[in-house]
Amino acid sequence: MQLLMFYLLGFGALVSALLLVTSRRAVAAAMSLVMVMLCLAGIYVLLEAHLIAVLQIIVYAGAIMVLFLFVIMLLNVEEKSGRLSNRKIALQFVGILAVGATMVAVAGLIHIDPAQVADGFGTTKAIGRMLFTDYLLPFEIASILLLAAIVGAVVLAKRRLEE
Amino acid sequence: MVSLNAYLILSALLFSIGAVGVFTRRNALIIYMCIELMLNAVNLTFVAFSKFLGNMDGHVFVFMIMTVAAAEAAVGLAIIIALFRNKETVNVDAINLMKG
Repeated sequence: MQLLMFYLLGFGALVSALLLVTSRRAVAAAMSLVMVMLCLAGIYVLLEAHLIAVLQIIVYAGAIMVLFLFVIMLLNVEEKSGRLSNRKIALQFVGILAVGATMVAVAGLIHIDPAQVADGFGTTKAIGRMLFTDYLLPFEIASILLLAAIVGAVVLAKRRLEE
Repeated sequence: MVSLNAYLILSALLFSIGAVGVFTRRNALIIYMCIELMLNAVNLTFVAFSKFLGNMDGHVFVFMIMTVAAAEAAVGLAIIIALFRNKETVNVDAINLMKG
């Protein structure tokens, strides 16, 4: 059952990722990316990462993709000319394929037997405890990063008053 | 029981597809989406290793990556809006202001 779910979700993620890379319209690409993220959320549940799965849906498929869709709607751009770059495309493609094949080969070599996971692995309680004890400083720095991102986005995107 | 290799191979494939998108597409918005796809592939690796090593540190890292991705998306999309206002295009081949 687990294996079947993994293959279904993994196949869905791969097909949606290919659609994302090949689709001409930006909205269709955004929808494919939402599909990839939902499939990955399912795979996180298989890996007993329940909090991460929920965060994946709320933060990635929810917040970030809504931001993308708003910008696509605001700019209303369609690709008129060719969508591929014209500089040494074949060379880039071969390079990426080589790197990808190497990564897959290395991933195939790694073998670790699954450890016995403790009770409450991946729950909000367990991760919250880690965040507020061992990882308190990174957690606080992340909040400052988000504040900087808010200020930066407003400064960059707002229209200048004198114009 | 799914082996660790299966998760890692899926992650590597997703990362490579994202890299193909970043290098071949010219629409800045779609390049951003491909970067998000690559970040997601890395997250999958973290969570898979976390499960198979029985250690929850990976989940905290994924949490931090999500925070950084959200910040990056907000600032990056603001930059794209500012560029579009000046250049009337999001084609990255047309954006060469800082080219030496």
